[in-house]
Parts: sequence; C-alpha cells; structure tokens
Amino acid sequence: MTKNILKMSPAFADIIPAEYRELVDNGPYGRDVGVAELGTFKELLEEHPLCAGCGLALALRIFLASLPAPEDTIVVGSTGCSSLVFPQAAVQNIHSLFGNQNSVASGLKRALKLRFPDKDKDVIVVAGDGATADIGLDMVMHSWFRRENITTIMLDNEAYANTGGQESGMSQQGTVLYMAPKGKNFPKISMPELAREAGCVYVAVGTPAQPRKLEKMIKRAILLARHIGPTYVQIMTPCPTNYKFKNNETVNRLKGLEKDGVFKPREYITAEAQEALNKLEEVSK
Amino acid sequence: MQKVVSPEHLFFEAPREQVFITGSEAVREAVRRANVDMAISYPITPQSESMHLVGDIFKEGYIREYFRGENEFAVMSAVAGASMGGVRVFTATGGPGTLRAFELFSTWSGARLPIVCAFMTRGVNSPLTIQPDTIEMSYLLDTGMIMLHAENAQDLYDYLLKAFPIAEQTEVHIPVGVFADGFFVTHTRENVKVAPVDIKLPPYNAYSAPVPVMDMENVPFRQMRDPFVMKSNYVSYAAHASWQQEVMAAAERARPSISSYLGGLLEVENADADILIITSGTAVSIAREAVAQAKQEGFNVGLVKIKCIRPFPTEEIRALTKNAKAVIVPEFNRVGWLAKEIKSIIPDNDKVIGAPRVFGGMTMPTQSILAEIRRCQA
Repeated sequence: MTKNILKMSPAFADIIPAEYRELVDNGPYGRDVGVAELGTFKELLEEHPLCAGCGLALALRIFLASLPAPEDTIVVGSTGCSSLVFPQAAVQNIHSLFGNQNSVASGLKRALKLRFPDKDKDVIVVAGDGATADIGLDMVMHSWFRRENITTIMLDNEAYANTGGQESGMSQQGTVLYMAPKGKNFPKISMPELAREAGCVYVAVGTPAQPRKLEKMIKRAILLARHIGPTYVQIMTPCPTNYKFKNNETVNRLKGLEKDGVFKPREYITAEAQEALNKLEEVSK
Repeated sequence: MQKVVSPEHLFFEAPREQVFITGSEAVREAVRRANVDMAISYPITPQSESMHLVGDIFKEGYIREYFRGENEFAVMSAVAGASMGGVRVFTATGGPGTLRAFELFSTWSGARLPIVCAFMTRGVNSPLTIQPDTIEMSYLLDTGMIMLHAENAQDLYDYLLKAFPIAEQTEVHIPVGVFADGFFVTHTRENVKVAPVDIKLPPYNAYSAPVPVMDMENVPFRQMRDPFVMKSNYVSYAAHASWQQEVMAAAERARPSISSYLGGLLEVENADADILIITSGTAVSIAREAVAQAKQEGFNVGLVKIKCIRPFPTEEIRALTKNAKAVIVPEFNRVGWLAKEIKSIIPDNDKVIGAPRVFGGMTMPTQSILAEIRRCQA
C-alpha cells in the first residue's frame, strides 16, 4: 500500500475523524518506528474493549508496534479475546471462524503471492491458545507441514477467557477452571516444540513484560516467514479476570512465573533461518 | 497459450467439440477454460476424481496455484482466504465432505465471496454409505449461496463455467454451488460438447467485490468503533439483520444473469399437460424417459426441469402449475426437499405428490414414476 491511498481530500479534512488524521499524519505506515518509539507516533490501535490489566492488550500493543511493514500486513484472527481489538486496529483483519485461522491464512498468503509477486505481503495469524492449540491445532500444524509463508502468533492466557474461563490445552496441569472442576489432569501442551518439529524455521516464546525482546522475536518471525518458512511466536498473556489477580499485577505476575520456572522463554531457529537472519540483521545495522 | 474471450463467446458462439467423458472430467474441462487462479483440493471418499483431475491441469499450466488441504473444513477455509485475497478460486466436495465443511458455506455468503464449488452429492451417514443421494442439498438451501443443479455431465460443464460470471457480478458477489448427482454423473461417461481449449473466461477483477479486498491496497483504518459481536444493542442487531437480507437480495439480483446464461431457471416440455413432473438433477433424465413411456400409454404428461434451486423459480412454478391437476416430484433423497419447496409456494398444494423417493444408493426405475402417473389418472 502506498501512502497515497491514505491521503485525505483537503476539502474534507475538517470532517475526517481525529484518529484517522493522526494516523495519516503520524502513523507508522512506511516508517521505521517500533516499541522504543511508543508514545511518539500514532499507534495502530484505537481504544480497545479488553479488560483492564489484560495481558493480551499489552502484547497486542507491542505486536502492532513491532510490525516491520504495517502498510502491507494482513492479520488473520480467530474467535476469542485475541480478536476483539482488530475491528479497531488500522491493519486489515479477517476473523473467519473459530479454529480455521491458519487455513484462511494459507489461502490468503498464496492469493497475495499470485497478485503481488514482487512485493512482500505479511500474513500474520494472531489467535488465542484455544484457537491455536485446541480447536485449530490440526490446521495450525498442517500449515506448518506445508511450509506456508505465514507467521503464527499465539496469545496464551491459559484459558478460554472470553467465555468465562474454561480449561484449554494450554492451561497448567492441576489448575481448577470451568470444565476442569477437579483441576486439569494433563500437562500444558508443548506447542513450541511441536512447532519446531512440524517445520517452523523460527520459534520463540516471549512475554510482554520484556517488550524490546518480544519486539525482536515478532520482527524476526515476520521477516523469516516471508521467504524462509513458517514461524511461531507464543506470548504469555495472563488473564486477571479469570485467574483472579489484581489488574495492576499483570507484569509482576509474568516476572514471577518466569522466576518460578513455570514460564520459560525460549527460541529455536533452523540453520537456514539463522543464516538468513544474520544477513537481515547485518543489513539493518 | 489461452486467449481471453467474452463469456458470451465462450458459452454461445465458439465452435464446440464433442468428447466422450465422465462428469469428473467435465469438471476438469470447465475449470480448464475458467481462468481459475487457485484450486484447493481434498480427496475424501466418496469424492469424485474431479479435484485430482484439476491437479493435472495445474501441472499443465492452466491454473496458477493448487494444493491439497487436510480436510474439507480446512479446504473451505483456505478457499475463503484466497477469495478474500482477491483471486478466482475453485474447489469441489460432496456428501460427508459437505457436512464436515458446513460451517464455512454461510460464511462464504456472509463475506460476499464469489467462490464456485462443485458438489457431487452423496448420501450421508449413518448407516455408512458412499452412494448417490441429494440430501445435502436440503441442508444447504438456506446458506445464502446460489444453487444450480446439473442433470448430466453437459450441464455440469456448462453450469460450472457460467457460475463464475454469475457469481462475480458486483451486485451479486456470493458463492455458487453447482450440484451434480454423485456417481450417476461423476463416474459415468457421456458425450459432452466443449469449447476449444485455447480460449478462456476473462480474469477475475478483485476490485469488483462490494466489500474490501484483504490485500492492504485499500484504506485499512478501523472498520468499526463498536465491534458488533461485543454489543447487545439495537444497532448491532440491525446491522446483522440487514446484512443477511442483503445476502438474500444479492441472490435475487442474480436471476437475470442465471436466466440469460442458462436459458431460464427452469425448462419445460409440454407445459399444458394435466400431469406435470417437476424435478432436478438426474431424476430429470429418468422422468423424461417415463414421460415418453406414459405418452405411449396415452397419458398427457409434461416435464419441468428445475436448473436453479437458489434463487428458486417461484413465479415460474406458480404459473406452470396453475392448471395442472397433479404435480409429481421424484427425488433422490429421503426428505423430499424439492416437493416441500414446491408445496410451500403454490396454493392448492394437495395436488403435489412427493414421490417416488429413492435413496440409499438405488437407481430410480422409470416404472416407479409411471406408477405415480397411473395413480393420478385413476
């Protein structure tokens, strides 16, 4: 997308909504801005309906600031809290059905490759743990098996939060949740390892408590997905509403989970992806 | 290697060559001339050979992109993604595959995607079956898609090609399902007249869509201030309700093009007869034979072939049945969805006979239709 598409007719400028004008004048399209510049440019997200203290809200704000090319990014989502901000974000977004996000993204990415063979259109899946690890697992993994050039990002709040807090495959063993009245009786699914074995060339587990590190992971995942292969980023995003902690405690909770060894940030990268990454990061220096 | 020609030239003016092919091969020949960008396949049993034959023409260069998905739900999702990305896309399924993918069909219509899908109808479980049956059409009647029902491989070839320009009009822009009775049409050979291989339909124009194309080449700013799904208020209900009505209206707006490309939503022989047989799909061929035999026995029987099930030829059927004494509706399914449709639109519907009904894989003997004709006359 060229910035010409965004240009306002001067005759209508006074009736264009303020946030639109701000995006045209000071948005991140075609500019090299990121998490470090947050607060100095108009972010892609305008308000949002997520709960106060929501880990997803923080992660999504960082995600949207980390996009290497927001002007050519399409986000494919799925049902759940993870989808709720996108109608109010300034990137195109598809919310099809619950669980089919990686299939929709596969078709979309291949269509955009046909229509724009000389341009990188970043197709990024952003979905929750239920959509990714439970209902959509088959389609997520098959998109990896097929080596689709898409990035899959899981916002992991360890529950079906939007429907009141039911157990998901990503909940910790023993946790008492709806549908797990006696505590979950099997361990958290090892999605990062499944991703690595299923063909992802880059896998990262991160946290919004470390925004710069998370930004780096997201950028790497998106850039590597363009030409090397599928990538996966799993972001720990605790839910104060369903896990019943104070909504100003989210970041502390993340740090605590990491300190206790419950949450383990990690990265896997193939040799081919590492080589491509070295070249990319050398160019950007 | 292929020259783009107008749909009218491809359908009506280009010389046609007669080939002896199966219904599945007729699908391949239609897709070969349809300028399809992408096709996505899934084998299933009982599918037809159609989608792997489409793979063959991908290898020959007639299609730009092709892959096998992992199940029908995934395939119909990927097809949706491709269509939202602005390309012309094709797939096929049938029976259990249709049911597995079902959640997608109404979202195709709701997202205004002009996807063309061939349905090679089959029975659904249980008990386990792989036999021909049109029951899935009953389930699909209210998904918002346009539904064309082919009688034979010739129709299947013609309707599939014609489905693209019907679906892709801006004022329509909803999916078209082209239905053929699985096995009877897909697995048997017949003479089919096809256009030369060196011509094809004009390409799809992504920006003919009445909704934004998901390519970030149009203004992406926040689509709404209050996402409807999160609100329980009048505006969100009204938005959803009016959107659904608009999808229905889009199908209505397809009537003129369906009519002109298919020569009407239905076709009639001996319209003034006392007894009318009204049916669709392969039951039409059997009914035609039954009508010929009935004529020899001295009965005055007419035949109505319904080509388009959605939108339904309501006014046409009302006019045709006005003076008929009896209407016989033979069907290849247990529920008699076509008889129900006809009963729901005519005033004196006690004259509609929902028989014979054949299902479970059996063929429909002409005698079973003749028996209904004789009963009417008695």
